[in-house]
Amino acid sequence: MTEKTAGQGAAHEAAAGRRRVYLDHAATTPVRPEVAEAVTRHMLSEYGNPSSVHSLGRAAAAAVEEARERVARLMGARVEEVVFLSGGTEADNMAIRGVVTASGKSRPHVVTTKIEHHAVLHTCEELEREGLAEVTYLPVDGTGLVDPGDVARAIRPETVLVSVMFANNEVGTIQPVKEIGRVCREKAVPFHTDAVQAYGAVPIDVDEFGIDLLSVSAHKVYGPKGVGALFIRKGMNVRPLVFGGGHERRRRAGTTNVPGVVGFGVAADLAAREIEERAAHLVPLRDTLVRGVLERVPFARLNGHPTRRLPNNVNLSFEYVEGESILLSLDMKGIAASSGSACTSGSLEPSHVLLAMGLPHEVAHGSVRMTLGTGTTAADIEYVIETLPPIIERLRAMSPLYAAAVAQRGRAGRP
Amino acid sequence: MYNEKVLDHFNNPRNVGELENPDGVGEVGNPVCGDIMRMEIAVEDGRIKDIRFRTFGCGAAIATSSMVTELVKGKTLEEALAVTNRMVAEALGGLPPVKMHCSNLAADALHKAIDDYLSRAGAAAADLGAGERAPAAAAAGCPDPSADPCPGCCGKIGRERGDGPPPGGETPPAG
Repeated sequence: MTEKTAGQGAAHEAAAGRRRVYLDHAATTPVRPEVAEAVTRHMLSEYGNPSSVHSLGRAAAAAVEEARERVARLMGARVEEVVFLSGGTEADNMAIRGVVTASGKSRPHVVTTKIEHHAVLHTCEELEREGLAEVTYLPVDGTGLVDPGDVARAIRPETVLVSVMFANNEVGTIQPVKEIGRVCREKAVPFHTDAVQAYGAVPIDVDEFGIDLLSVSAHKVYGPKGVGALFIRKGMNVRPLVFGGGHERRRRAGTTNVPGVVGFGVAADLAAREIEERAAHLVPLRDTLVRGVLERVPFARLNGHPTRRLPNNVNLSFEYVEGESILLSLDMKGIAASSGSACTSGSLEPSHVLLAMGLPHEVAHGSVRMTLGTGTTAADIEYVIETLPPIIERLRAMSPLYAAAVAQRGRAGRP
Repeated sequence: MYNEKVLDHFNNPRNVGELENPDGVGEVGNPVCGDIMRMEIAVEDGRIKDIRFRTFGCGAAIATSSMVTELVKGKTLEEALAVTNRMVAEALGGLPPVKMHCSNLAADALHKAIDDYLSRAGAAAADLGAGERAPAAAAAGCPDPSADPCPGCCGKIGRERGDGPPPGGETPPAG
């Protein structure tokens, strides 16, 4: 794997005419050549509609079922429990709204957390606005962990669903999913988890973890955009979001996105084979990056949990500088990253995740997320470790807050 | 997102730093919002002889700070007071709409520095044609400056949190 993906990286660099280091794999990933090949084949030659009776249709249906099996296997689910849809966002919408509206309770209650992806948070807020559900948003600790005890205490007789993400997309913290699953089992409340970031990155088994609904997305695991899946445990009553034909066992109407689904299947199969190899490649690079930057830059911190975190996630805060200006500077050096600052979130508030973890606004504004991928090399990480500290230094030299802070705290001091 | 000129001022900002004995100092924004601009001016014979800035903020915040120092260096105080945030954005060839309010406060920081100079010098702003100044928020392209909290305003954060003045203190919320 390493050799092949390193080759890809080099080709990418050569094409751009300068060094390019893509560290935004939590946003999206490049598709693997095997995936692209399967997608192309199902667009150009095997283009049948799986609902058709003729042989081209039957071949497409068989390809979709093969993909379903591959996607199911990577989460320990049964084939018939996986529904294909347009992506992680639709999966989250369907899981939450579908359970709430099918519950039959007069005042359904949902337990979730303050650090969920907007696909979960905004769905919950919308259900509250529509008067369809009451929602409890649980806090997290300074490392982004949810306390399973809090989940237990929040559950009440009207609770119809607990939704806690598997791993956070911004800071990479992996939740105590098994413990939360156990709490839900004891209280007989269905458990949904948004596993968009965790799927294919860490081992997941829906039975072992007590998960009843699980959202995944293809493009985070080197598959195509516009396709995802929702695991719905057998026996769960979930009302569809989209009505029409009887596709996906009447759970999700609309002609199946065959190229996307097949590509997802190939990506899931590759992830299943490589999951350990990928983690073994990513974790040392991740830790080298964190250590390398923190050793060179004062007034910086790692956000999220030091060890219970996704193999590819680095999230750092640099005090006295603002995230967007760091991203712009990195981009000019060919490094693609993201930030939790207000400027980059498209709102006035910095990242809701960092604020929920107790970071002050001004520190959250100076956060940078770098998410590594299978194609990331040791040389890439070295380049970032060399490039980032002078950028922070330059921006701090411009910052009116920095001079005052240095006078107060001493130059080398750690917060 | 940003044009070449903005990126140039971001990468090679003009007049960064501080003056040894500034005649006037002005600061706007606050760290909670993610933007803070500090301008220092040296005044001689009613003209801005020298100017320096320091800015904590996004690309637009840094570029507008740099541009305003270029626009007013060597100008009379009257001329400098007539410079609006909108003029700074125009001189940069435009800013993305979302940046027009929050990060486009450099002229406000400059005006504060001039006001500071004038109050130190005991002069009245009115004598210098300050009446021609447009209200800061309107000049910045604020969607609705009369609304409270202003929908485009960073100051909203401090107010909503209701935990008193933001860290760093004396600086009022921008806009």
